[in-house]
Amino acid sequence: MNILVIGANSAIAKAVARRYANPANAFYLVARNEEKLNKNAEDLKARGANQVEIKSADFAKAGIEPEVIESAKASLGRIDLVIMAHSILGDQAVFEKDLDALNQLYQVNTLSSLNLLTLLANEMEVQKQGNIVFIASVAADRGRPSNYAYGSSKAAVVTFLQGMRARLAKSNVHVMTVKPGFVESPMTEHIEGSGPLWSTPEKVAEIIQKGLVKRRNTLYTPWFWWGIMTIIKSIPECIFKKLNL
Amino acid sequence: MERYSWGGYPNTQQQLKQLSSITTPLPKESFLPYGLGRSYGDSCLNSEGVLLSSQPCDHFIFFDKETGVLTCEAGVNLKSIIQHCLPMGWFLPVTPGTQYVTVAGAIANDVHGKNHELAGSFGCYVKQFELVRSTGERLLCSPSDNSDYFYATIGGLGLTGFITQVTIQLKRINSHKLLVTSEKYQHLNDFFTLSENADDANEYQVAWLDCTATGSKLGRGHFISGRHQDDGDLILPERRGKSVPLTSPVSLINNLSVRCFNSLYYQRQLGQTKILEQSYEPFFYPLDAIENWNRLYGKQGFLQHQCVIPKNVGKEAIKEMLALIAKEKTGSFLVVLKMMGAKSSGGWLSFPMEGVTLAMDFPYQGKQTLDFLHRLDAIVSDAGGRLYPAKDANMLPSTFKAAYPKWEALEKMRDPQIASDFWRRVIQ
Ligand SMILES: Cc1cc2nc3c(=O)[nH]c(=O)nc-3n(C[C@H](O)[C@H](O)[C@H](O)COP(=O)(O)OP(=O)(O)OC[C@H]3O[C@@H](n4cnc5c(N)ncnc54)[C@H](O)[C@@H]3O)c2cc1C
Ligand SMILES: NC(=O)c1ccc[n+]([C@@H]2O[C@H](COP(=O)([O-])OP(=O)(O)OC[C@H]3O[C@@H](n4cnc5c(N)ncnc54)[C@H](OP(=O)(O)O)[C@@H]3O)[C@@H](O)[C@H]2O)c1
Repeated sequence: MNILVIGANSAIAKAVARRYANPANAFYLVARNEEKLNKNAEDLKARGANQVEIKSADFAKAGIEPEVIESAKASLGRIDLVIMAHSILGDQAVFEKDLDALNQLYQVNTLSSLNLLTLLANEMEVQKQGNIVFIASVAADRGRPSNYAYGSSKAAVVTFLQGMRARLAKSNVHVMTVKPGFVESPMTEHIEGSGPLWSTPEKVAEIIQKGLVKRRNTLYTPWFWWGIMTIIKSIPECIFKKLNL
Repeated sequence: MERYSWGGYPNTQQQLKQLSSITTPLPKESFLPYGLGRSYGDSCLNSEGVLLSSQPCDHFIFFDKETGVLTCEAGVNLKSIIQHCLPMGWFLPVTPGTQYVTVAGAIANDVHGKNHELAGSFGCYVKQFELVRSTGERLLCSPSDNSDYFYATIGGLGLTGFITQVTIQLKRINSHKLLVTSEKYQHLNDFFTLSENADDANEYQVAWLDCTATGSKLGRGHFISGRHQDDGDLILPERRGKSVPLTSPVSLINNLSVRCFNSLYYQRQLGQTKILEQSYEPFFYPLDAIENWNRLYGKQGFLQHQCVIPKNVGKEAIKEMLALIAKEKTGSFLVVLKMMGAKSSGGWLSFPMEGVTLAMDFPYQGKQTLDFLHRLDAIVSDAGGRLYPAKDANMLPSTFKAAYPKWEALEKMRDPQIASDFWRRVIQ
């Protein structure tokens, strides 16, 4: 299988890629930091992957998506599986003051994703096979005062994926939206907290791999976040306004 | 409060920092290298500085599937080694009773497994590692280069520097399964007879014993031996685990549950001898099936007690300890007994030595627990044995110094920026 990983330095993407690191699979890793990319490539090879190539790309720059997909195709030939995990979390307080930061959040999390997905959809539609995994977040389920900029940047992609999934189903291409809860990773390192609501990249990766086998459409990781978000979504707006979530 | 050691006693305030990559400079403040916190006591704690976690450094660097030589970063855990190397026919030459241990942690405590008698400890399979000192100096250590640092660091409790990457030798296997024989025996004496007569083809040997039995049944238990199957599948069978989601406010491990569990466990096997096939996970890592099982001991936490006693006096000392435990009715949930062999890694402060090792755990119930453990320690010291620092939170400085005479040499090699609560306690 030929696997394209976008945001390959992410803790979650890394853990997913490792689960597929065996002689049957080749990888193309895309992220910003080249040193980390090299290390991850070496890692996957040592774990048994057949071939691993890397590309450093900064999705804060608009318009680089076609080139990224072209070079992935040149390296892998056919792309069978895509994992998309690049994004920034940022700080809601900053987004409320700084329009450039807000625009950049949307550039990285939303626009680059929609561009990449559009290109990949066309590619896979012709191939008539393939899997696309997009890592969204439970934060996309409802805008909350503490992180509605980030949450909405993911929500746009989630809605986009719903339509794309239905479109591509006719071509035997599967699209899976993953919504992790709290995961211990560099993204959340600054957040105090631990306990039963927190999960690890390894556990999330295991759920993703199993979810793909079962061709799940939307996957909460771990599953209990589905319950939590169902409750959060059902709170009437007039009450929600008074909560500090 | 979050716990940073497996036993949860002592539960002191800790601050955890991540070493973001193996090339990142070490912090300027007092620190202690930290793996997955699977040490029970205070040897992985540093309340007067920070804990420096190796978790971001979890990359494989090179694996030669022809020779089984693996080079990886310090924070790689044993589970991930097995998951990637077992399908290629390689396994850990030595493994402790949990896979959630980092390679560097395994070196720092020079861990042992059920095959110690024949295979020695983890350090015997370490070909080299890189050690970074707080000065920024990077030392490649092996039996031939920087050999002082090599042997000081194996079993060196993390004190000599930060291990960044490690090269180890794995061993060939042909199946994920083991052929296991479990024999029920009636008395401690039988354990020694069974060990003596055991077939060396069964490289793994361990006994679980019922610590509530007394008198003519003292030390009764199950003698379990096993070996890798000669052929079969090299696959990773799926295992369904359970998890203890929260720390219980009180210990669920008490006299009653210990009694019930020990009796039931002893009786679980009707026949005298049972032969079965087991995959590697249930055989080596039964406790890993219940994630965070340590939370069952409640907020107070618990202490482990593991000693090794020289062979010639082993039987008498173990009898004395078991009798004391039975008399004081302070039963331990799990009691494990096994023989250790003479093969040594050469680590200055390595715990294993030829003899018999006994491991137990006790819920912390205040000073009485500590006093009781000191009484066990005295039996160990009198017999010329020693206690395992990875599982200790209580031994006296005098006990430690007498058992580990090379502690002064290690103290000289210690990185001045590195310290642990354990070290401060035992060398005072
Ligand atoms: C269920 C269970 C079963 C166990 N069974 C066994 C057994 O059968 N045999 C056995 O020997 N042990 C056993 N242990 C103990 C365990 O194997 C050791 O405590 C091991 O060292 C823990 O490794 P860790 O990665 O969690 O390290 P930690 O506990 O976090 O640290 C252990 C030591 O390693 C040092 N260290 C960590 N990383 C580095 C680094 N990068 N550089 C330098 N030093 C470092 C630390 O400073 C500390 O001194 C068991 C533990 C559990 C919880
Ligand atoms: N951690 C959580 O609790 C959590 C919860 C819900 C959802 N998620 C989602 O899960 C995914 C993975 O998260 P993670 O926790 O694994 O995060 P992470 O380790 O912080 O990884 C994020 C990755 O995104 C890449 N990236 C950021 N900006 C980029 C840019 N401009 N161009 C290219 N790449 C860029 C980074 O690459 P470089 O390292 O090369 O810079 C980084 O490795 C994200 O989409 C995140 O939103 C995470």
